[in-house]
Amino acid sequence: MTGTGLRAKHQRLVLLGVALVVLLVAGLLAAWALRNQASYFYVPSEILAKPPEADRSVRLGGMVVRGSMKDAPDGVTVNFLVTDGKQQVPVRFAGIRPALFVEGSGVVAEGHWTNGLFTADNLLAKHDEKYTPREMQGMTTDQAHKTIAETK
Amino acid sequence: MLAELGLAMLWLAAALAGLQLVAGSVALTKDGEGLGGIVRPVAVVQGVLAAAAFASLIWLFVQTDTSVKLVAENSHSAKPLIYKIAGTWGNHEGSMLLWVTVMGLAGGFVALVERRLPERTMMATLAGQAFVSLGFYAFLLFASNPFQRLNPAPQEGNGLNPLLQDPGLAFHPPTLYLGYVGLSIAFSFAIGALVTREVGPAFARAMRPWVLGAWIFLTLGITAGSYWAYYMLGWGGWWFWDPVENASLMPWLAATALLHSASVLAARNALRAWTVMLGVVAFSMSMVGTFLVRSGILTSVHAFAVDPRRGGFILALLAINIGAALVLFALRAGTVTEGERFEVTSREASLVFNNVMLSSILGIVLLGTLYPLVTEAMGVKVSVGPPYFTPMSAVFAVPMLVVLAIGPLLRWRHDRFKRVSPVLAAPLAVTIIAAIGFAVGGVTSTMSLIALSLAPGLAVASVLPLRGRHLGRAPLSLWGMVIAHLGLAVALFGMGADGAFTKERLIAARVGESVDVGPWQVKLGAITPVAGPNWTALEADLVASYDGASPDHLKPQSRTFWAPPQTTSVSALHTRWNGQLYTVLGEETHDASSAAMPTGRWQLRLWWKPFVPMIWLGGILVALGGFLALLSRVRQDLKRRTVRARGDIRRGDREEREAA
Repeated sequence: MTGTGLRAKHQRLVLLGVALVVLLVAGLLAAWALRNQASYFYVPSEILAKPPEADRSVRLGGMVVRGSMKDAPDGVTVNFLVTDGKQQVPVRFAGIRPALFVEGSGVVAEGHWTNGLFTADNLLAKHDEKYTPREMQGMTTDQAHKTIAETK
Repeated sequence: MLAELGLAMLWLAAALAGLQLVAGSVALTKDGEGLGGIVRPVAVVQGVLAAAAFASLIWLFVQTDTSVKLVAENSHSAKPLIYKIAGTWGNHEGSMLLWVTVMGLAGGFVALVERRLPERTMMATLAGQAFVSLGFYAFLLFASNPFQRLNPAPQEGNGLNPLLQDPGLAFHPPTLYLGYVGLSIAFSFAIGALVTREVGPAFARAMRPWVLGAWIFLTLGITAGSYWAYYMLGWGGWWFWDPVENASLMPWLAATALLHSASVLAARNALRAWTVMLGVVAFSMSMVGTFLVRSGILTSVHAFAVDPRRGGFILALLAINIGAALVLFALRAGTVTEGERFEVTSREASLVFNNVMLSSILGIVLLGTLYPLVTEAMGVKVSVGPPYFTPMSAVFAVPMLVVLAIGPLLRWRHDRFKRVSPVLAAPLAVTIIAAIGFAVGGVTSTMSLIALSLAPGLAVASVLPLRGRHLGRAPLSLWGMVIAHLGLAVALFGMGADGAFTKERLIAARVGESVDVGPWQVKLGAITPVAGPNWTALEADLVASYDGASPDHLKPQSRTFWAPPQTTSVSALHTRWNGQLYTVLGEETHDASSAAMPTGRWQLRLWWKPFVPMIWLGGILVALGGFLALLSRVRQDLKRRTVRARGDIRRGDREEREAA
């Protein structure tokens, strides 16, 4: 584009074309990346049925099984089981726990799934005292989804 | 009584907005020009009334008048005064009233001082502003009345979410709102210019200071919000790509693009339709952000209300405002005449590039933010996080930063790359040296390496436009650009440093025990209980010594509020020139065998974060650059106005003499 022979109208079209193409590329790139890299949300029975690749960040949601919370000797790591009413999976978390993270409460863990163990980098616990452990008994996957949607 | 008075003033303000819309529109017709005289005063009074309504709500909060539902639900008499005041906008209704107030005041301010535009365009602009305001008045009055009474009045209020009881809250939301809503002025200007077909340099010059003002507040608001999340959440992160953060980033990206394209339009009379379009997009992004945050579609600290009716209302407002603006744009875009031409190597072209890249990042963020909502509607729960946002936005941010280094050195309209390439050798060399240095030095993360190598080169390039100039005589607007671009480089370096150099230690320590983190040695001195106005806490005394130097004391807390009952950890930070020590206190650990047995070991999370405060320092520099540019625009405008006034007087004198 040397400009000398280019009329204003043409320049406008070229600019518009370039901008549209770039924005389209951005959109396609986003769509591709969203399909591939979005960190998906799992409940225990799903993560056992269709485990994600080991290096992918995912979220795991469910109820902390009563009596399953064990502090490791280092004082900062905790191991516990998370259930959706059908299956339960072991979770390990090292860090400072959110105040409302207790046995029987709902939790969403962010982290990785490797060889049957979920290593959490972060725990999101429901910040609401109204939640009662009773609700978790006999919970279906749908209900778990719903409860967990309210968590965070 | 005050609550009723506040509500009455709100109704009156809404009625005036209606009058402003009607009078402004009628004034555009041939017969109705006479009505034009009332539009400006009406806009001013409307703003004042909205502000008075907001002031009465603040006063109700200060008095903790629990007969007002909003106060009862969100305040508590034992709260410190500053959080009683801040609590006014720490909830849905109050924050929407703040929104309307800022919008009214901004409209009134424009009506009062803006004299550059042709009067017809001004009428259309003020009518447009009133149109948007009316929607929000309706939302406030019909779906979220802040002055609703509660009968019987409870003895005591519910209190404010402890996470919000922080000085950051007193400052961060109002600042962001000034930015969000300030963009409504750009929106109205765009509408006004489209209606009267006056899209040209004069329009851009008139709009630019308003966009700049809003953009400065947005920049400061985002910077403050990021710092608030950093020290308040105790996670040590400064940006989480949380939907609410994205909601503030999107208008900022659009406003940044608008700012630059308005400069092209003002200086070179090019990019006309594009600038108008960005004016519409920028405020639309503010409204999308409000919809995301206020509709309860997202659940986070910021989503106060989970009320589908409100979500529907805001969505309808969004559709009407954006839809109407886009229709108007489609009808009038053809009549916006051709702008001036320019070549590929020119400052205009580099600004076009910057605009397209900013818009692409905006698209990436928008799609990533909306995607989970779309899939959830189809029954699949997905969360999109940093693994998507960071690399995808970097794809467009990196080329933009490269062009940012070159663009300001180019001349308008036409330039040769040969002319600037020798000058660019310096920043290029700095970038390469930095890249090699950090790669050899052991920076492994690709993102950090890119940021750390680009930042120094960008810093050098951003001051290059000052070369060969007398620094004292360089125009203020040039200084503004240089400082804003430099701020971006500074922030970029901080971001890279966070990923590359941060050291973390997580331990359970006994009192008297020492821990090393990076160059620091930290000793847990003591754990003591302390009490505040509405909380109690356990406080750790951490004795931290940098590289053997004399120690500093840090006091992180684990704080328990009783209204509402909640525990939060309050981090303690120590800032040096080369970084920040970040400490968080957890709980006392329990014995593995019996949960009730205390062990005397306390959880501590320690971070050494070299150069990380540069992120916020950079943000402040960017805002300062914007402020200098604004100052220069306002000064030029005042000068022009006085010169013109003097000319008028002189001409008047001469005419009188000649008449005599």
